[in-house]
Formats: sequence, structure tokens, C-alpha cells
Amino acid sequence: MDVLERYESLVDDFDAFRAACERPLPSVVRVNTLKTTVERARDALEESDIAHEPVGWHDGLFALPEDQPGTNWPYVLGWIHGQEEVSAVPAEVLDPEPGERVWDACAAPGSKTTQLAALMDDRGLLVATDNNLGRISALRSNAERAGATNVAVTHEDARNHSLKPFRGPDSDEGTEGAPYDRALVDVPCSCEGTIRKNPDALDDWELDHVEGISGVQKGVLRRAIQTTREGGTVVYSTCTFAPEENEAVLDHALAEESCELVEFDLPLESAPGVTEWQGERFDDSVERAKRIYPHHNDTGGFFCAKLEVTAE
Amino acid sequence: MSDDPESGSTRDNDGTRFDRLPATADERVVEGRPTREEVLDWWAERFGVPPEAFDGHTFWERGSGKIWAFADDVASPVAIEGLGLAFLRTRREHWKPTLEAVQRFGDAADDCVVHLSREEAAAFVAGDDQELDWDGDWGYLIVTTDVAGEPEPVGVGLYVHGELRSQVPKGRRREL
Repeated sequence: MDVLERYESLVDDFDAFRAACERPLPSVVRVNTLKTTVERARDALEESDIAHEPVGWHDGLFALPEDQPGTNWPYVLGWIHGQEEVSAVPAEVLDPEPGERVWDACAAPGSKTTQLAALMDDRGLLVATDNNLGRISALRSNAERAGATNVAVTHEDARNHSLKPFRGPDSDEGTEGAPYDRALVDVPCSCEGTIRKNPDALDDWELDHVEGISGVQKGVLRRAIQTTREGGTVVYSTCTFAPEENEAVLDHALAEESCELVEFDLPLESAPGVTEWQGERFDDSVERAKRIYPHHNDTGGFFCAKLEVTAE
Repeated sequence: MSDDPESGSTRDNDGTRFDRLPATADERVVEGRPTREEVLDWWAERFGVPPEAFDGHTFWERGSGKIWAFADDVASPVAIEGLGLAFLRTRREHWKPTLEAVQRFGDAADDCVVHLSREEAAAFVAGDDQELDWDGDWGYLIVTTDVAGEPEPVGVGLYVHGELRSQVPKGRRREL
């Protein structure tokens, strides 16, 4: 079946959307400010004769129209990290501050983790969780190449995440660590939005898979809300267009946990979350989420929502 | 707390978890475990990196002599997959910093630092050993090269018998 066709009723200018999905994306790198400045990274790219263009909305992102990251001096020094432009959105929306306690619930391979560490100026605690040891090895390698020293890596199912390892230095055995100030829930998804990077992304698409994975997404988002303090922030994101994995997951969290969706600014064009899909009606506040379509900013597809944890 | 002094008894290192290094030798409980004081002294004596460069970091051992630097502090021990940056190997004849530690903290070094031309540095990053004149100490050196107009720490080399041996781990080698 043609997967994208199911979204025709949601997308403005569906032909432009389709056309954008068929165009490849350039490689994009993010400057790692734990090790250098944007200016020096730009100088190093120039010195290595690597063509680079600013992406406009984010100072630290450069498109490399002719190159792959990996075999140049700024990469070897850990000054740049390959990361798709739109994938830099959720960490910016989470906006963590130095010294806070932050959880990256589905962290591997670590692009967003290293971005969060840089936003925290490498201070505070950044817990990065993944349930797959192979991907954890990539996560650790990327965090170390970035020079991050505030990242604690855990191997577990995020739905059952434990705060126990992160007790204060003088606390007794058995007690829980303090709740998080912020959590990033960038869940595994059906990846429809990555079609421009990976033209095979939709080959194995099945509705069963979408419905199954949405159960996991709900579990991870709920655990993130439970482990974040009252007044704290949770950002939920996917790289898919499927409302089953986006608004339906938010709707579930709003019904089951103490939280609300909040407005946020984004320097990219986007569409609001949808309140209705195939006969199902969602909480009106899911409109505060943002859908980023490939034809809006010439990026990959993305979905991002910001939640505040409220009193029970 | 695992770092509490226990009169007269010593324990073996449990390599499966992170244990905070004791502040000084008086507080050492686990045999052979380096202290925070020793780690700071080593960086200062070998490379001239002042102890202040590590202010705010706690140090942890996991595995045999693998020391990690962590920007925060939590109750010890911690049984997880990673805690900060793996930055030093001890429990061997000569302590050895990791490439990541040198790239992150090596800016502050002014001793046992060898500066290479861009071509020499490229050979070093590719994993090649090279003949080199060096009139300082033998052993592990911080290798730097100029990038964007300033010397930058690239990694760790082992200098012996007129030769600088690249210690860049296989997974970090690149043909530049």
C-alpha cells in the first residue's frame, strides 16, 4: 500500500508534501559546543575545504552539500556530530539548564543526548537510557567523542526506569533518587518522517506495527511523567506522521497522568496537532503539539509536543 | 557508602559496578584502588594540568583500573553501563589517559605535550607510528596539532626509542 496516502486529509498541499518526500536530504552536522565554538568549527570546516551552509534557524547546524561527516579534522576532534536538521528540534524545545537532572528515555545512538549535554554545559546529571546493548555501545562512544562527562548510561526498558541508581551521595540504601527536572521522550517509531534519508523506511510498514509500537510509546511517556517533578518539563517527539503514535499517545498520557500540554515557540514552520483521526477524537489541547512536514522547511518529517507535569 | 574506612580490612575491586574513588589513601578500602588525590597529582605532575581543571568532577573505578570522570555526584556504588567519561587506566606499570580525556582536558596541559605538523598528525590519527626527535620524558604524551589557528589535543602517543607510537584506538582511526 502507499503509506503516505493515508495522510492526505491531514496535510496542506499534499502534492508538495509528496514531492518533498521524494527528494534526498543533505548531510547536516551540529557543532559540539562542549569542545569548541561555532566560529572555530566553521573555520575548521573551511580549513579542510568542506563546503558548508548554515541552516538558518539554528546557529550550530551546517548542511554539508558535498560531504559525509566522519573523515575530517573537525569530526576527529569531536567538534561536529552528524545529525539531521529536524532531529535537533526536541532538545532545543526541552531547553535543559546547567545543573539540572534530566532523563533521555530512548537515548541511543546519542545525537540528542550529546546535544542535551551541550545545552547543560556538561553540568548536572543527564541519564541516558536504552534497552539494546549494541545501541548503548554506540551511545557511549558518541557521548565520549563529544567529551560529555555528565552522562550516566543505563541499560533497561524505559517503561520500568528506576531512579534508584541516582540517589544523593549521602543517602541510605534503597531510597529513590530525586525526580527529574526534565525528560526527553524521543521514542522508537515507524520512522515515516525519515523517508528522505532512507528511501526504504516504509518498505516494512504495517498497521499492526504502528499499533504495537504506540503501546510502548505510551508506556515510556507515562514513566517519564511519573519520574519528573511537579512543574517539570517533558518533551515527546517522533519522526512519524501517524496520529496513532503522536496525538493518540499524548491523549492517553493526559488521561492517565498528571500533566498538561503547553504552547511553545519553534523557529520552523509547522502545523498543529490533529484532534481527530479515523473516527477517534483526542483532547483538544493536542493542537499545541507541532507537526513538521518535509515540504514546510525542506527537512525530514517530525512531531514534537511539550508537556508540563502538574500536581496530582 | 562503600568508601567508608573499615579498620584493618581490605576488599577486592568489584569490576561490574562504579565505585567512587576514596579522597585519600587513609580512606582507601579496596586494595589497589587509586585515590582522588593520586589522580589529581598524576595529571599535574605528568602533564601540568592543574587540579582545578577537574573541579566539580567525581572519579569512579569500574573494571580493573578503568577510571571515569563524572560531572556530578551520586551514592556509590552504581551498577549501570556508563558514568561520565572513561579517562584513565591505572593498575598497570604506567598510567595511561584515554584519547577522550586528552581531547577534553588536554588543553590545560603544558608538559609532555608533543606538537605535530598536520601531515604528522594525520599519520598519527591513521594509527601509524613515526620516528620523531623528542627530548622530554619517554612514555605517554599528549599529541597536538594546529586546527583553526590553535594547537588542539588530538590523542595519546607512546614515545620510546626515538619513535612516537600512535595509541589511537582502532575505532577512532581515520584516513584524513
